[in-house]
Amino acid sequence: MENQEKQQKLNKVAIICAKGNLEDVYASLVLANGAVMDGMEAKLFFTFFGLDAVMKKRMNKLQTSTVGNPALRMPNGTRMGNLLGLIPGVQSMVSKMMKKQMDDLDVPPVDEFLDMITAGGGEVYACQLAVDMFKVKREQLSDHVLEILTVGEFYEKAAGEGSQIIFT
Amino acid sequence: MAQTTIAGKTVEVTEEGYLQDHTQWNEDIAKELAKEEGIELTDDHFKILNFLREKYEEGANLTIRKVGKSGITDIKGFYNLFPGGPLKKASKIAGIPKPTSCV
Repeated sequence: MENQEKQQKLNKVAIICAKGNLEDVYASLVLANGAVMDGMEAKLFFTFFGLDAVMKKRMNKLQTSTVGNPALRMPNGTRMGNLLGLIPGVQSMVSKMMKKQMDDLDVPPVDEFLDMITAGGGEVYACQLAVDMFKVKREQLSDHVLEILTVGEFYEKAAGEGSQIIFT
Repeated sequence: MAQTTIAGKTVEVTEEGYLQDHTQWNEDIAKELAKEEGIELTDDHFKILNFLREKYEEGANLTIRKVGKSGITDIKGFYNLFPGGPLKKASKIAGIPKPTSCV
């Protein structure tokens, strides 16, 4: 076997975001934006708590959890304990700091990030089941959302050679 | 690193074809590099190329967002001018190193 087959080029990613924490949503957005920046197709599917990322009134108010997050550290590098994270105001303060640091690196707020992704041809979908479960109306969803899809319909959109599904 | 001749000028390029030294760049080289990417350069392209070169010389970390806020074009326009990987292609044609940013 001298000639190994050529590595299959990735040309499409379907990214599923099921959580509404700041960091989980940003992971999905960075992956999707990185794909369109490289000329790949990107489809984003927001489901369950991830739906917050495409709700007009919530998308720019996401927070990072200060409880049950053992990797969270104070600016001086020491661990931030759960009890400290419970103090009112701490979670929003930490989230604010995270957003500031990301903005310094040119990582925009969620609505602007979705503008960037859709400007590059990326597509944004919301999950039918989550929409029904949380009793969300279409007008509550951001205009970035192209369609509300069932999981089967999303899989159809994710199909193709050189396509991968990523769950963040 | 390799030497190659682009538009009659001998330049050093990386494995991926990015110029090693951005001062060796000129507009004819840009046109030649653009042709390889299937792009015919217009004034609008050159405005972006010059913006990127300027920012690079200032030591800025180049991102799509910065181009979108440059006032030259919006992000959609940037994608239209350099289809299929705007920041990488524009950087290559502008004679500056491959962008290292994730956004």
